Amino acid sequence: MSGAEENTFPTGPATPDDGTAGPRSWIGKAFSSVSLSAAIIVMLSLGGVMYTLSIGAAPALKEFGLGFLTAEVWNPVTSQFGAAAPIAGTLETALIAMLIGVPISVGIAIFLTELCPEKLRHGFAITIELLAGIPSIIYGIWGLFVLAPYMQRHIQPFLIDRFGDIPIIGNLFQGPPYGIGILTAGLILGVMVLPFITTVTRDVFLTVPSLQRESAYALGATTTEVIWNVVIPYSKVGMLGAIMLGLGRALGETMAVTFVIGNAHRISASILAPGTTISASIANEFTEATTPIYTSSLFALGLILFVITFIVLSVAQYMLHRIKKAEG
Amino acid sequence: MNLLNSNFVRAAAVVVGVAASATIAHAGQISGAGATFPYPIYAKWAQAYQAKTGMGLNYQSIGSGGGIKQIQAKTVTFGASDKPLKSDVLDKYGLAQFPMIMGGIVPIVNVEGIKPGELVIDGETLANIFLGKISKWNDPEIAAINPGVNLPSKSIAVVHRSDGSGTTFNFTNYLNKVSSSWKSTVGSDTSVQWPVGIGAKGNEGVANMVKQTGDSIGYVEYAYAKQNALSYTKMKNKEGHVVAPTSDAFQAAAANADWAHAPGYRLILTDQPGAGSWPITAASFILMYKKPVDDKASSEALKFFEWAYHNGGDAAASLDYIPMPMSVVKMVEDTWQKDIKDSHGKALAFR
Amino acid sequence: MDIYAKRKLINRLSLAFATVATAFGLFWLAIIMWTLLSKGITSLNLILFTETTPPPGASGGLSNAIFGSVFMNALAIMIAAPLGILAGTYLAEYARDSKLGAVARFVNDILLSAPSIIIGMFVYELMVVPMGHFSAWAGTVALAIIAIPVIVRTTQDSLLLVPDRLREAASALGAPRWRVITSISYRAAKGGILTGVLLALARVSGETAPLLFTALNNQFWSTDLNAPMANLPVVIFQYALSPYVDWQKLAWSGALLITAAVLFINITARLLASRDRSTKRI
Repeated sequence: MSGAEENTFPTGPATPDDGTAGPRSWIGKAFSSVSLSAAIIVMLSLGGVMYTLSIGAAPALKEFGLGFLTAEVWNPVTSQFGAAAPIAGTLETALIAMLIGVPISVGIAIFLTELCPEKLRHGFAITIELLAGIPSIIYGIWGLFVLAPYMQRHIQPFLIDRFGDIPIIGNLFQGPPYGIGILTAGLILGVMVLPFITTVTRDVFLTVPSLQRESAYALGATTTEVIWNVVIPYSKVGMLGAIMLGLGRALGETMAVTFVIGNAHRISASILAPGTTISASIANEFTEATTPIYTSSLFALGLILFVITFIVLSVAQYMLHRIKKAEG
Repeated sequence: MNLLNSNFVRAAAVVVGVAASATIAHAGQISGAGATFPYPIYAKWAQAYQAKTGMGLNYQSIGSGGGIKQIQAKTVTFGASDKPLKSDVLDKYGLAQFPMIMGGIVPIVNVEGIKPGELVIDGETLANIFLGKISKWNDPEIAAINPGVNLPSKSIAVVHRSDGSGTTFNFTNYLNKVSSSWKSTVGSDTSVQWPVGIGAKGNEGVANMVKQTGDSIGYVEYAYAKQNALSYTKMKNKEGHVVAPTSDAFQAAAANADWAHAPGYRLILTDQPGAGSWPITAASFILMYKKPVDDKASSEALKFFEWAYHNGGDAAASLDYIPMPMSVVKMVEDTWQKDIKDSHGKALAFR
Repeated sequence: MDIYAKRKLINRLSLAFATVATAFGLFWLAIIMWTLLSKGITSLNLILFTETTPPPGASGGLSNAIFGSVFMNALAIMIAAPLGILAGTYLAEYARDSKLGAVARFVNDILLSAPSIIIGMFVYELMVVPMGHFSAWAGTVALAIIAIPVIVRTTQDSLLLVPDRLREAASALGAPRWRVITSISYRAAKGGILTGVLLALARVSGETAPLLFTALNNQFWSTDLNAPMANLPVVIFQYALSPYVDWQKLAWSGALLITAAVLFINITARLLASRDRSTKRI
């Protein structure tokens, strides 16, 4: 065993450990190498994903260069492909999801840690966590059959009538009410990320030392002031990690979005307009892309999504790791 | 290792056992993928054929683009496409192509108060709606060909296909023929850059989306409109006559087809002459390898097609598809005999 | 308004917001559940479990899709569980503070939240293209890749909860390292590890995106691992997006089945975990 052994239990040479002596020492050797191989397989699978995507994406990136990122065109007839529309759609829907999801998640986390009667706390927390277990396709089918018609009949006409004529902001609310589109997809994503952000935020809030909390109360602070001046400052980094985790989910979510996004390779100013996201484009077109360059462009989309989520998730891991360390 | 105790191990053994035996017991099945246009009739045939012979057909309606891609990738025994491939492409991949069924593509609308067949539309107007040039239902251009119809002042929600689609190919092929601005800005293929609208997957998806979305318009194979009681429109054809989508109208358009002189049976049936011709009529094609990977599976597929040609007419008629005329079936059978060979160079059995 | 009243008011308002936010979150859960129940229960009958997926216009059930889902999920977990548990063991028992361990932990956490559709593309290239056809095997592998990180993470976390005192005691008695792990650590963390396996099962049960390019779908009953296999999520996807009323009904029933199964597995896992935690605290 090499450096991997250092600093872990057991440390001293006194342990009759793996493979140095004893009649059945090979078992120890075998066991540690098998578990090491398993860990390596896990790492290899991420490497494999990266490798496959890069190889698949190479022809498209060679053909279109960096212009692939900024071109809005997506035309299988002329074999011209650009990722701008799906990238924009991915970011837009994720942004809407965060605008809805973050304040509400933090609100729920506050409720769960500071307000909720002790008896109900556990039940509420589990219920919210169960919301995280609902498969995304369920959100999708519900979004299509329940939310979208409601949006088309009530919310979107209201938004168009109310805000459509205001300069600048009005551009966000233009076009026919389709029901489905960027806004509807963002809303669904917002609901989907709620449980993820809530659960992690609540865990982070719970790491705030009760001593600090109680001292503030003793000084006469209201609950709100304790939250704003003690809990949130203490949990800042962890909250950011939780939000990034939620963002990572929102960026990569496929099924819930595919049902309600409208699958149109266009960038519109209006959030009521149909659009597409990276994952929805792949889900819709991957099995049917007829030419190699079309397939490669979809791989390039996959690679972009992978890079974006990789960065976001890395930041999330870093932040949550820091919180864990601080916690001891 | 007492980890997770022996129940886990026992369960594992059971699953692995089932897995092993399952792999041995290879059930007879033909696999195909592609066009959604003929899916309702293929599914109906498949059910009847399985009841009769025990041989199943696993047909995945993933769009014509998908059908072309999957047969080229050899992941299926046959691909299906409503966009006929050109001879040079067929030769390049060593594919045989033959028509299986014909049908009509109809515009469908979901506008409050408009009943099936009430609205009339012509090619130019249809192109302008799908270009986004006409954006309200009460646009003068629509009103002009629909005197007396009460059209609402609502925005038109356009629904098109999001996947590679032979229905789209034929639909845009028609718009290309009737609208010069469509030809210059969008063009025609299995998937195009749509100026407006929402994309839906498959004929199923478009039908569903039009059903779901108020004030919408889309285009589907007629069986989808009929089975789901959607409001189709009538159309003005090449000779200026208003026709309803009926099997007679599809038949009238199909009557112009000269299959004998089309290399690889490559025929497009849009915008055909004839007083009663439906303007967007199309044939759906099957693609198969001339030297199949799996002779037995390909032979079973041919047997299925052979059965469908001779016994599937009633089922086709019930869904308003047009079966291939027997003269064409004869030609196709000759093509099979001539082109599709097993590994020993012998023609595959199909009877 | 004096400062105290103002502070009180702000306090009230913000607490009201937190309460409303919670009500909002629960409202969604309630409304989604209600829709699922009311739409799914109408066609929940025996036929659902005995007949295969029908062509449009015919009656049928979901038996082939239910079988396919259960089968592929079970097989995926059979592959993922040993791998995940071993990798988690390595991280918790051998590489707690090593560089390699840190990297593996990071990679695993990325995989845990990586977009599942990308896993689908990976397995398509890895298996579907070389094999030449869609297959239940490919679907199973895709699901296993999604399940592994969940199991690694929970195995690692529950092993880390095992007090080192126990390991030290066993070592002091002369047990070699592997014996310490198998007889002490695993025994103490058994509940946690099983919970992780169940959570992984719940996670893959609802996965749709990676199956689209791997297992695809099958209209018929198929037990052939080398052929496309029907599965609930893809059937729901296909049927929900169709215009046929009976297909949509089946999609809702399927959705209800999946959700019920996922919630059941989740709740079981949580019960196990809480029971386990209470016994573990020494």
